[in-house]
Formats: sequence, structure tokens, C-alpha cells
Amino acid sequence: MDSSQLFGGVMVAYIIATVFYFVLFLFKSQRAGQLGMLLALGGVLVHTVAIGLRWYESYLMGIGRPPLTNMYESLVFFAWCTALLYLLMEFRFKIRVVGTFVMPCIALIMAYASFSARIDDRITPLIPALQSDWLIAHVVTCFIGYGAFTVAFCLGVMYLLKQAAINRKGENTSRLAALPDLKVIDDLTYKSIVLGFLWLTAGIITGAIWANEAWGTYWSWDPKETWSIITWFVYALTLHARFTRGWSGSRIAWMAIVGFMSVLFLYFGVNFFLSGLHSYA
Amino acid sequence: MTSKKKNPVIDLLASVQLALFLIFLLASTSIIGTLIPQNNPPSFYIQAYGEKAALIMQLLHIPDMYNSWWFLTLLAVFALNLTVCSLERIPRVIRTIRKDGLSMATEQVEKLPIRQERTLAASPEEAAEHVAGVLRGQGWQARTTDRDNGRLFFAEKEAWSRFGVYIVHLSILVILIGALIGSPAVARKILQNPSFAFKGSVMIPESQTIEQITAFKTRQRLDLGFALRLDSFLIEHYPNGMPKTYRSSVTIFENGQPAHTADIEVNTPLIHRGITFYQASYQPLQNFIIGIRQDGRETDHTEIVAPERQRTWQEAGVSYGILNLENRGEVTQRLKIWFTDNQGEPAIFWLPAGQEARIERPSGVYHFQARQMYASGLQVAKDPGVWVVYTGCLLMLIGLYIAFFRSHRRIYVLIQPDGQGSRLLFAGTTTKNKEGLEKKMNNLASKLDT
Ligand code: HEM
Repeated sequence: MDSSQLFGGVMVAYIIATVFYFVLFLFKSQRAGQLGMLLALGGVLVHTVAIGLRWYESYLMGIGRPPLTNMYESLVFFAWCTALLYLLMEFRFKIRVVGTFVMPCIALIMAYASFSARIDDRITPLIPALQSDWLIAHVVTCFIGYGAFTVAFCLGVMYLLKQAAINRKGENTSRLAALPDLKVIDDLTYKSIVLGFLWLTAGIITGAIWANEAWGTYWSWDPKETWSIITWFVYALTLHARFTRGWSGSRIAWMAIVGFMSVLFLYFGVNFFLSGLHSYA
Repeated sequence: MTSKKKNPVIDLLASVQLALFLIFLLASTSIIGTLIPQNNPPSFYIQAYGEKAALIMQLLHIPDMYNSWWFLTLLAVFALNLTVCSLERIPRVIRTIRKDGLSMATEQVEKLPIRQERTLAASPEEAAEHVAGVLRGQGWQARTTDRDNGRLFFAEKEAWSRFGVYIVHLSILVILIGALIGSPAVARKILQNPSFAFKGSVMIPESQTIEQITAFKTRQRLDLGFALRLDSFLIEHYPNGMPKTYRSSVTIFENGQPAHTADIEVNTPLIHRGITFYQASYQPLQNFIIGIRQDGRETDHTEIVAPERQRTWQEAGVSYGILNLENRGEVTQRLKIWFTDNQGEPAIFWLPAGQEARIERPSGVYHFQARQMYASGLQVAKDPGVWVVYTGCLLMLIGLYIAFFRSHRRIYVLIQPDGQGSRLLFAGTTTKNKEGLEKKMNNLASKLDT
């Protein structure tokens, strides 16, 4: 059994978990919700093992490097962070139905990593620019941030859907009434953004320190750096609008979506459309 | 509030609306420089966007927008906004923190957002003793005062956390100041001392020594104040051909004396006297280090040789030269060597670069090797502000943690006589995590029930 097969299994677990979460949402079956959660939890555990195994495999190949250095590995790690953060949130705040929105994203990320033709899943050695202890600190902090913003995005979408349903049909007639109170969703969105902002800040800082070690400048306005600061500004704007202008509800939900678009561009767009010093993620 | 007359400019600079607007502007204008490649020569923009568009771009400093006057002005106004806004609010925060909870009027305590009520059979005096014990047990250092036949307890935690926001704001200023200190433009134009902070590069051929580097942008030559010799440059590859290591081995000379040696690799720069040398690039040269040994001879021969030059090793009485090269790009794969000991026909053969050939001649057996020489491109930076920037980063993380996860909690316990027993009101305020405090308050109150 190698790590690629395990990642495949993990993807299947997330897909089935998604189905169960949908059953929970559509038919209010607590049983299905529980199964969905157990599958997601199992998925995360195997996911963790698989990441460790891939690390070990790189040693067997005489390369020996953390599994965080190309698009495939970063997607897998992105999915892992998002899944872990989501489950922690589910346990802490008891809002299982939110999985209906988060789990498909996680399954999608894994599927994209596995099936996209432009993504190479081989273990290759590290080019000199990536041989640094800062690599782990930088990638881990960034991706915890991305994971939290992904959860915030899902919550934002959920908020807007529920609000639209309420506006159309009134409070209780809608299936979306099964979702948590708007106030609760709003609060969780805000909490996820705060968490993401903290980790994104740490990610930018570790990246700057690393850039200084490798290139001799902690900031050179390369497109990836610039998009990271743009994203940071978007969320800083969101947080300030919230505490000083009293923004909440749909405005914050929209900002969670706008912020996430910026994260997506930072993550994929920069690599596919712009040129710069970052070789991947 | 103060009754001072407000200055409209200060008002604007203290406003959060301006901050939101500036953050929005910074974010949106920053996008431009990621779409339009930066710092290319003017001809690039003409070719890519046409004459007219290129002219407009030059006028707006788009090709170097992050150093343009308008972007820097935006940053400066942002910093000013942050400073004024924070300075205006900090005195208020200090006043809030200083305010003694025990001075709060009974009616106000009754109106606090977080509250729990209890009635006890015990007299107010007994209840007060009980409450004091419970508060102490939960780590609240309460103070107390007589109030309306009863008693008011007050305790607070983490009042300092109200400064978290200002630590974050201060950290942004610290980072900007660090960036100014390390800015080559500031060193050049304001301090009139380009050696104070610079970024530049130098290309050193193997075995050569340099004492100056070339600054980026101005192309000015700057003295290092010491000398650096490139002893050797080495590239290692993985079995699959990907590059594994670029390594420059260098010696530093202080006052003409070798002071120390070091290896510079991509993620391990050399720092000497505040100047950092980074491995940035390399250049294969059309020069070769020739090494010759003769079996049975103690000494050997090394020399740097260009192609098509005849060389002689006097001691052994042999002559040699490089007749031709077989290159891939600038990297030499094989060299055509001419070698003679002046006895019989000269030997002519192809030698793979870096390998050794054995030559049998009437005068003895020779071992001949040729290694291609390289020049190593080092980036050289002196940034005296980098530690200020790092300090700012650390402050920011600490500040964010405090701002997001610590809260100033205040609790009040009002004890009043109620018939034979007493009525207890637990009330509180917190800067965040209301549910957390509600739970704590519930806990406190239920400790009295048992
Ligand atoms: C992009 C850079 C900025 C960052 C990262 C930042 C960060 C923060 C943080 C973390 C908070 C605390 C939120 C909380 O209460 O939990 C905050 C609050 C605040 N910030 Fe900023 N800030 C920035 C720029 C600015 C600027 C330019 C202003 C200028 C007006 C400003 C004004 C405020 C105000 C008024 C508050 C609310 C303070 C309060 O709760 O009383 N911020 N900021």
C-alpha cells in the first residue's frame, strides 16, 4: 500500500461523507449525520497517516523531504487542514449540518489533486531554493490559514442561502431551516476569518523570513507576495468593517466569499496566470 | 468626551472610514503590479502594450509601481491614519481601564448585559463572606464596598488585553520604519550614504577576488570594506538530473589577510560585517583548470587555460593546449586536447570535462584533467532594518493573539437584603467571548447554591 492509494481511499471517504451530510441536511437524519462525521474523521486519520507515509517514502527514495513541495502535495495538505479545522469546529460548536457545505469542498480538492492532468503526483527531489527549514513553517502556517478561509467561505454561502430562503418563504417553511440560526452562522464565519487572518499573517511572516534567507530580501513584491498582502488587506478590511462599522450578516458573508476568491487567486491564479519566484502553491 | 475644538484634518485622519478606504485602495492598486510585469526596460512595455499605453504607464510609474511616489504616498497616509487613529483612542482606553468598578452606581450594575440572580436564605453578611470565598477560589481578586445596606464586589481580569489592537497597529508602524531603515533609496537620497543600506550583486570568476559590488538600479559601484575571493564554485545534481546544490566556497580577506572561509549555498547565505551574500546565479566560463601529474614525480601542475593557447609545464618539459570545445549551451561537455613531450608525434584526444585521461608518452605516464571554470553570481545586501522588521512581525503576532483571544472581563456581585435572606446579583461585562463569561458567571452563582 503506498501513499497515493491511501490518498485515493481518503478521497472516497470524503465523497461518501459528503453524501451522508447531504442526507442529514435533506432528511434531517441524525444517523446519517453521525455516519458522515465518522467517515470524515476516519478520512482525516488515514489522511494523516498517508501524509506521514509519503514523507517516509521520500526517504526510501533517497530524497527525504517533507511532502509539501509541489501542487499535488499542497492540495492534499490543503484538504487535510480544511478537514481538520472543520471537524474541530463541528465538535466545539455542535453544528454538524455545516458539513454539508464544507465536505464537498474537501472532496473536490482531493479529487482535483488526484485527477487533474496538470498535476503531477510523483515524489521529486527539492530544488536548492526549497531546501530550507522555513519551508515547513511557511507552508503549514499558510495552509491552516487557507483552510480556515475555506470554512469561512462555506459558512458565508450557507448564510446567504438561508437568508434568501427566509426572505422568500418565511422562517420555518424552508428546508434551510435545518441550518443553524443566522446569528450562529454569522458568528462562526467571523471566528473562522479571525483564525484564518492570524495564520495568514504568520504565513506571510514566515515567508518573508524565508525569502530573506534565500533571496536576500524579505519583501520583493513578487506576484505571490503581493497577492498574499492583497488577501490580507481584504480580510483586514472585513474585520475592521465588523468592529468599527458594525458590519455583520450578509455583508460579512459576502466578504468571506470575496476573501476566498482572493485566496483562490493567491493559491492557483498566481501560478497559472502570472510568473514569479514561487514554484508552486 | 473632551470639549476641545476638532480640527477637520485630524478628524479625517482619525477616522476609520478613511482607513477602510485606504486599505481598499492599497489592495486594489496592488493588483496592477501583479498583472503588469515590474522593472523591465522601457522597450519591453512598448513591445507588450504599444507605444501609447507604454507612455501612460511610464507617466504613472506603473513599471516600478511599488516604489512610485503615489504608492508610497498611499502607504504614508495609511501609516498616518493608523497613528492618529490609535493615538486618539489610547487615552480613552486608559480612562476605561482606570475606571474603578466599585464606583459604578447600583442601577447601572442592574443594567449590565450579562447577569445571574440568586436568592439565599443567609443574611447579607454571611452571603458576602461566602461570595468572597467563591471569588477567591476562582482566581478573581475582588475588592468590595458597602452599598445600600448590602455589599458590592468587583473583580477584573486581563485589563491589559484592551491594548492588543494597539500593539497590532504599532507593529505595522514598526515594520514600515524597519523597511525605511533598510531602504537603499533612503540611504542614497536622505542619508547621502549609499553604503548604509544597499542591494546589489557581483559576478566573481573562480579564483578571483572582489572588493566592490554593483548596486541594483543605480549601477553604482560600492566598496565592501573587505575583499572576497571565490575559491571554487560547484554544482551537484540529483540522479534524475535536477540540480541539487549550488555552492560557492569563498575566503574573506580583512586588510589583505585571509580572515575566514565559508560555503555559500542557496538557503545558507554568508553574513559578514552586516553584509549578506546570497547564492543567486552562475555563469560557465570558457576557461579551464588544467591539472597534470606525472607518475613518479612529486610535484604536479595546475594552470588556468583558455582554448587555443599553448602552455608549458617547464619542470616536466611538456606542452599542451585546448584545440577545440564541444559545448551544450555554455557548458562544456568535451575538450580536444593537444599534448606533447617533444618526443614523437603529439597526442591529440577528446577529454570529457571533469574527467582524467591517462597519457603514455616516451618520457613517462601523465594524468591529465580539465575542469571548466565558473563565475558565481552573488546577491549582496545590507539591510540594517531587517531586525526592526522582524521585531514588528513578532509584535504583530503577539498583538493579534491578544486582540483576538484575550478579553477584559469585569464582574460585579451585588448583595442586598431580601426579607430574611439576601438577593445576589452577578453581573459582568467583557470585551469579547460573551458566552464564555456567561458560563463562568453561571458557575460562580451555582457554587453558592450548594
Ligand atoms: C491593515 C492593517 C491593519 C491591521 C492588521 C489592523 C488590525 C486590527 C486588529 C487586529 C484589531 C482588533 C480587532 C478586535 O477588536 O478584535 C483592530 C481594530 C481597530 N483598528 Fe486596525 N488594523 C489595521 C489598520 C488600521 C488602520 C489604518 C486604522 C486607522 C484608522 C485602524 C483602526 C482600528 C480601529 C479603530 C479598531 C477598533 C479598536 C477598538 O475596538 O476600539 N486599523 N485593527
